[in-house]
Amino acid sequence: MGTPVIAVHDVSKRFVIRKEKSLKERVVNFGRSNLHKEDFWALRDVSLEIDAGTTVGLIGPNGSGKSTLLKTIGGILQPTTGSVDLRGRLAALLELGAGFHPDLTGRENVYLNASILGLSRQETDRYFDAIVDFSGIERFIDTQVKFYSSGMYVRLAFAVAVHVDPDILLVDEVLAVGDEPFQRKCMDRIRQFQHDGRTILLVTHSLDQVADLCDRAVVLESGHVIEDGHPREALRALRHEFDQIRQEDLDRQQEVVTAAAAPAPVVVVESVELVDSAGGPVTEVRPGADVSIVVTVSSQEPVSEPVVGTGIETALGVTIFGTSSKLLGEALPPLVGTARYVFRLADLRLGEGAYTCHGAVAGSSGTELHRLREAAAFTVTTDGLTIGPVWAAPRLQATDA
Amino acid sequence: MSSQYQERVERLAQEPFRLAAPPSGAFRGISRSYRDIWDHRELMRMLVQRELKARYKDSVLGFVWSMLRPLTMLLIYYVALGKFLGAARGIPDFAIFIYTGLTAWGLFSEAVSSGTGSILANSGLVKKVYLPREIFPLATLGSAMFNFAIQLVILLTATFVAGAVPTGGRWGYLPLSLAVIVVTALGWSLLLSAVNVYLRDVQYLVEIGLMVAFWASPIVYSWGLVSRELDNPVLQQVYLSNPVTVAILGFQQTFWVAGDGGPIPAGATPEQIALLTPQPVPDNLALMLWAWLAVGTVFVVVAQRVFARLQGNFAQEL
Repeated sequence: MGTPVIAVHDVSKRFVIRKEKSLKERVVNFGRSNLHKEDFWALRDVSLEIDAGTTVGLIGPNGSGKSTLLKTIGGILQPTTGSVDLRGRLAALLELGAGFHPDLTGRENVYLNASILGLSRQETDRYFDAIVDFSGIERFIDTQVKFYSSGMYVRLAFAVAVHVDPDILLVDEVLAVGDEPFQRKCMDRIRQFQHDGRTILLVTHSLDQVADLCDRAVVLESGHVIEDGHPREALRALRHEFDQIRQEDLDRQQEVVTAAAAPAPVVVVESVELVDSAGGPVTEVRPGADVSIVVTVSSQEPVSEPVVGTGIETALGVTIFGTSSKLLGEALPPLVGTARYVFRLADLRLGEGAYTCHGAVAGSSGTELHRLREAAAFTVTTDGLTIGPVWAAPRLQATDA
Repeated sequence: MSSQYQERVERLAQEPFRLAAPPSGAFRGISRSYRDIWDHRELMRMLVQRELKARYKDSVLGFVWSMLRPLTMLLIYYVALGKFLGAARGIPDFAIFIYTGLTAWGLFSEAVSSGTGSILANSGLVKKVYLPREIFPLATLGSAMFNFAIQLVILLTATFVAGAVPTGGRWGYLPLSLAVIVVTALGWSLLLSAVNVYLRDVQYLVEIGLMVAFWASPIVYSWGLVSRELDNPVLQQVYLSNPVTVAILGFQQTFWVAGDGGPIPAGATPEQIALLTPQPVPDNLALMLWAWLAVGTVFVVVAQRVFARLQGNFAQEL
């Protein structure tokens, strides 16, 4: 049983979308002002409890209310109904460098920004060298920040942000800043935070990041929590959601096309199977085995120049392998009716764990027509000497230097 | 699990829950609001510094500009009103008189006009970080106070030059009048900055209102002229029922030494006699100042509650 630090009770948030702003417009439209208003519920009866020391990912499609929820927890937005209880010191990283003043120098902005994020002057004095060191822009610290490149700007802002000492950290899509070495530094800092028992609430569109960092994921859709639990299940629910959105998009496109009297191909990936070299289905694979992925595609209408692809995902949904007819340089014959495509994977060396395969088909323009996710599930058992999705035979030899 | 981890979790388990945003009822949340603001006093000081540093950052003359504006105004009023229109003939030490009024008025108008726009000007912060938003109007008040302090130094120097340095009991009016101006300005800027988020017209309305208030206060003309023109005591009371007017009169009580008149030499012309007779002062000025201070304090408390109520939706309106 953990210690909750964030308790969200039945929070709803309504936005009124008004189409007028000035006094004149309001007076002119006084009696009819409701015509110029529109209610929009960004959150609907959201309840959550988050335990100390956990890292929770808030995920969902655009406009699902993730950022609104984060701002409500941060106290930036007042919920329309319901309440949010907190304990411990909270810092919100919703935007890097919020409050940076372009005319002030880097040094002055560090102090100002640290103070905004809740550090006292003494604490900032103490961390100042570490902040500058972390940002890696010592040379420009006494330059006005308006002369900074955008990279330097976010580096400095992030450096300040990670030196605040919060119990709860709210992060809104700001982790991927700077160049790769800097990003790695940021990620290390987040891991350090986790190790220190800080609670992190993360809004992100990078599902790999959720799989990688979070203990728990909450999926929002149109202001409702549709899934809350282990990242694996949450990510699956979200991917399902995304597929639906994509399918709706496709349907809409097709409607448009149909309206234009040009029949669109209806293509479906019927099945994806994993078979061994003898052609029989397998669910357990040893490292180094030869296997094939069989993708069966059917179409009601002929598709010229189809592109067929397949790939392997880990249980968390991270793609670790993928290939397609296009990558292989194969021009496929026009697809009519049902066709089977066999991808032979020789010497597949995967680490221990559960995996799934997907199959996808795209049209000649590269538009994906259909994708079948998590189609063929299989597990890999190894000798237990390694971890991670890649397998190699390890040997250790100690010699004198 | 590291020991740090355990420690933190245990410490948090001891802490009581608090609401993420302060409640905005008429009474609930008052102490939380004030404590929040107090906890952010350091940030407030930095915002004032930022304001002052950034204002004249890339200009060569820098802070000199904040003095040049009121000095230019002084010159204009002195020449145009004092000499050409003849106001100086009825008001002794006209330059000191005007500058006293301008200094007090400058504090009020700067605090109210920049205070009104303060939430909008800091919208980036308001939308992205939780802070007690009252600190923005408070910080603009702080920077207005700083400019006021500079002008006060000039004013004092001027009294030295004029040989009429205020002494003794006169100084009692200064803190009292200053307090009246500060609470009145603070109340208005809290109220107007919050309303301005929802109704952007307010900032333009404020400009006009300040212009009217400027001429409604005895800054470039004296109370003596007003009381002669309005011989009806009711109308006089109407004129005086304005905290800024009363506070400016209070400032003049401190700095405008020549207003007390002086010994009239034999054979003085009627014009000289007029300048040397004591200038009229409204009855009970000190009492009025105390009353306005009390009213202003209540006004600030009420304005803060209105502000707290309105601030819940700031982030979405900006």
